[in-house]
Amino acid sequence: MSNSFFQHTQTAHCESGVISNLLGHYGLQISEPMAFGIGAGIFFGHLPFVKVNGVPGTTYRIWPGAIFQRVCKRLGVRMESEKFSTPEKGMAALDRVIEAGIPVGLQSSVYYLTYFPASYRFHFNAHNLVVYGKEDGQYLVSDPIMDSVTTIDAESLAQARFAKGFPAPKGKMYYPVHVPPTASFEKPIKAGIEQACHFMLKVPLPMFGVKGIRFLAKRVRNYAENPGDRKATLYLGNIIRMQEEIGTGGAGFRFLYAAFLQEAAALLKKDELSKLAGELTQTGDLWRNFAFAAGRVCKSRSADNVSYRELSEMLLQCAAAEEMFFKKLAHVKW
Amino acid sequence: MKKEEVPQDSDNLHEGTFKQIMYAVDNSGNYVQVQSAGWEPENIAMDQAWEEVNERVKSARARVAAGEISPVAYYMEKSLMDLPLLASYVGKFQWQVKRHMKPAVFKGLSQKMLQRYADAFKVSLTDLMEAK
Repeated sequence: MSNSFFQHTQTAHCESGVISNLLGHYGLQISEPMAFGIGAGIFFGHLPFVKVNGVPGTTYRIWPGAIFQRVCKRLGVRMESEKFSTPEKGMAALDRVIEAGIPVGLQSSVYYLTYFPASYRFHFNAHNLVVYGKEDGQYLVSDPIMDSVTTIDAESLAQARFAKGFPAPKGKMYYPVHVPPTASFEKPIKAGIEQACHFMLKVPLPMFGVKGIRFLAKRVRNYAENPGDRKATLYLGNIIRMQEEIGTGGAGFRFLYAAFLQEAAALLKKDELSKLAGELTQTGDLWRNFAFAAGRVCKSRSADNVSYRELSEMLLQCAAAEEMFFKKLAHVKW
Repeated sequence: MKKEEVPQDSDNLHEGTFKQIMYAVDNSGNYVQVQSAGWEPENIAMDQAWEEVNERVKSARARVAAGEISPVAYYMEKSLMDLPLLASYVGKFQWQVKRHMKPAVFKGLSQKMLQRYADAFKVSLTDLMEAK
């Protein structure tokens, strides 16, 4: 099996990238932004009580796996998805499927993926990659955020697939069993947009969507007292890292979603969407400015009340811009 | 973000092994994929996260040497784990793992339990005992 068997395309984000690469393998061409948009990947959430290494979680996208499920459902793709009780069973099942020439998507921890630079290897369990073959005991890997295909040894791959923690991948592997040769994107696009607007505007909890951004802004304002300077810089650092989450251009997936709207506008001949894409690009730039400012605070190690208040103001601006944007998007007439 | 604004703030974080893809607009306002070598705020955040890790590892090592904590606590930091994660790797409750971090309790651990810790940390038994 050679590289030419599986077409690897580098993408910005792992989940939408794996979808694009896997479906493309079966002749259903779908770009990364399109997959992200149809899967309603854009989101915001701040979870102060879900802590990893003592730092509260922030997310700029929907929970792992959701984009995948939604895209498959909306495009009529049928997936076979399995989890396993032991690494032995999981690796044997993987071998059987790739033996049959079927590329397989895997959920894995980043910590054990030896081909990543050491500085990226934290215990993050929701990474996605494709294994498309095995040569001399090495698995052939198409990791969508790498610029070319790579390999990994069996032991590391088993560890990555069966890492503990949250969310535990339990060796999850998935591959399409039925892919329609062509699909109309029109309805899936509308459904995806509707869902994204709902999640950004209507979730009745303060931690999510536009409300979540305001919620975070309120907490950042008081970072000097709670949790206090030293920890506050760590908290800020984590917000930045989640915003960047490899390849989102520092705008927490806002540019990726804008790219989707632009593609959708061309496909459905709807200028309105392309105008909205332009607005979202500006919002993405607001996010980037926030990250710059937050980065400066991190670097200086200590900040006074004023700088936290400024950061908080910037977040409120982002929230206002997003609220306006998603309200307009929700009112697009089809 | 314009195409020309895609950050190329390289430092050794990426070790030159990969460039990430970002989406940015070209001169006619169309989104295109652009490779980026890295971004300053992210580099700062990443550096800071690693500095924190290194500091914790250093302090844990000193405390092991001083006989205050067992190597379990040291290796937990070194493997970037926290208590819940380590507990799930060795199949114990958090309070049990916490007890194992006391040098006196650690000394009495069975060979089997020690091996579980060694496996979780991916080190040899001798390394585990010596907190290398």
